[in-house]
Amino acid sequence: MIEVTDLTKTFGPKVAVDNLSFSVKKGEVLGFLGPNGAGKSTTMRMVTGFLPVTSGKIKICDIPMNWRPNAAKKKIGYLPESAPLYNDMTVQGFLKFCASLRGLGGPKRRHAVDEAIETCFLENVARQSIGTLSKGYRHRTCLAQALLHDPEVLVLDEPTDGLDPNQKLEVRKLIKNLGKDKAILFSTHILEEVTASCSRAVIVDQGKIVADGTPAELEAQGGGSLYDLFHKVTTFETPADKSEEPAA
Amino acid sequence: MKTWTIFKRELSSYFTQPTAYAVIIIFGLLSTVLAFAFGHFWQRDDASLGAFWQFLPLLLMILVPAVSMKQWSDENSSNTIELLGTMPLKMNSAVMGKFLAAALVWLVTLSLTFPMVWAVNHLGEPDNWIIASGYIGTFLVCLTFIAITTFVSAFTRDEVVALIVSVAVCCLLSLVGFPEFINLARQADATEAADIMTKIGIYDHFFQATTGKINVTSLLYFCGLITVCLVGTNLVLKSKRS
Repeated sequence: MIEVTDLTKTFGPKVAVDNLSFSVKKGEVLGFLGPNGAGKSTTMRMVTGFLPVTSGKIKICDIPMNWRPNAAKKKIGYLPESAPLYNDMTVQGFLKFCASLRGLGGPKRRHAVDEAIETCFLENVARQSIGTLSKGYRHRTCLAQALLHDPEVLVLDEPTDGLDPNQKLEVRKLIKNLGKDKAILFSTHILEEVTASCSRAVIVDQGKIVADGTPAELEAQGGGSLYDLFHKVTTFETPADKSEEPAA
Repeated sequence: MKTWTIFKRELSSYFTQPTAYAVIIIFGLLSTVLAFAFGHFWQRDDASLGAFWQFLPLLLMILVPAVSMKQWSDENSSNTIELLGTMPLKMNSAVMGKFLAAALVWLVTLSLTFPMVWAVNHLGEPDNWIIASGYIGTFLVCLTFIAITTFVSAFTRDEVVALIVSVAVCCLLSLVGFPEFINLARQADATEAADIMTKIGIYDHFFQATTGKINVTSLLYFCGLITVCLVGTNLVLKSKRS
């Protein structure tokens, strides 16, 4: 469903993603682990078609992103890192807007919006202005827009960031459930999430994959601890120069 | 279809916030005050809207950027550009949708100045075709300033910067063709420069329209500027992501 081959992204002299290759099949939840600045978000932005690649290939459900971006984007639901939303809209209005952009109309759109609201527990705030929502609700609203069109591929950039422990638990459960019939790529730097939600995980450091396997395999590689493996394979001081990326 | 979706969102954003109402009221008040106080509407003793048109470019060069400054700077600062960029949507549809929504706000604003038209028709027998031509010219100036602001706002995530730069560009385009500046250039024996200033400035094209003479050159001038700015916006948005 997601096939990434020799993916490279440079911003001037800085190599953000370095010859990365991985694939995610249907029914698989791939955790994308790595320290801050490792290239996780940049990879996700390329996979979703937001950033053009410097070199390499991305295929979504066998559709090449380079050649048929709109067809490939139709297959993807994406939750960006900062959960960007239009503050002047209501939750329902925003979801209707996103559904329309996804090509849904009439009763299909209504049904999709209602279902996304229900799945992400947004009933209480459906008619509320987004600008007045708490961080948790904002995150869930953005997650809801990613689910609207029942995509075959979900790309979630730190989906539990800013949620309280209960909400984190709900989102992890949701990811696990959705992963049964979708291909999910989700990034995190919370290691517990790998064992909680992922069927496989890769650890990325300085734009390269430095470890790949099931959570059990990765724990075994780390001598029984994912923390130890993460500590061993990632560099301590990642360059704090996300500013070299163009402002999204 | 996608253009329509973006258009509807933008339009509702103008009218669910005070932006559109503020511009309608401020434009209505200031354009009337300028026409009566500085354009000498009564003293002219003329059944036309000459006094009304006289100061409009000066008003529009500030108010149009104020309405449109958020178009792309807001998308850049709130990062919703990332959301739009990952939707099955061509960026030019988004650019067009936003442009058309702002255009409709100005169409509504201009149409609400109808009491001026009513007043001159009540007081005398004006040539309403010339008045219609003036409105078309004014609307073309609005569209041009919207396109310039759209282009400028694509560069930045700071709406104040977008406003200042857009006003500066619109101001330059308006003032460069103002008769006072043209005369200064002619007095300095820079006839060629004066001719160029007349051609590139908005004032002459606008003034022709207000006297009922919308010619092909003026249409090409406005349409050319609008097209260049909108295509430029699309290119800037694409290049910022690469």
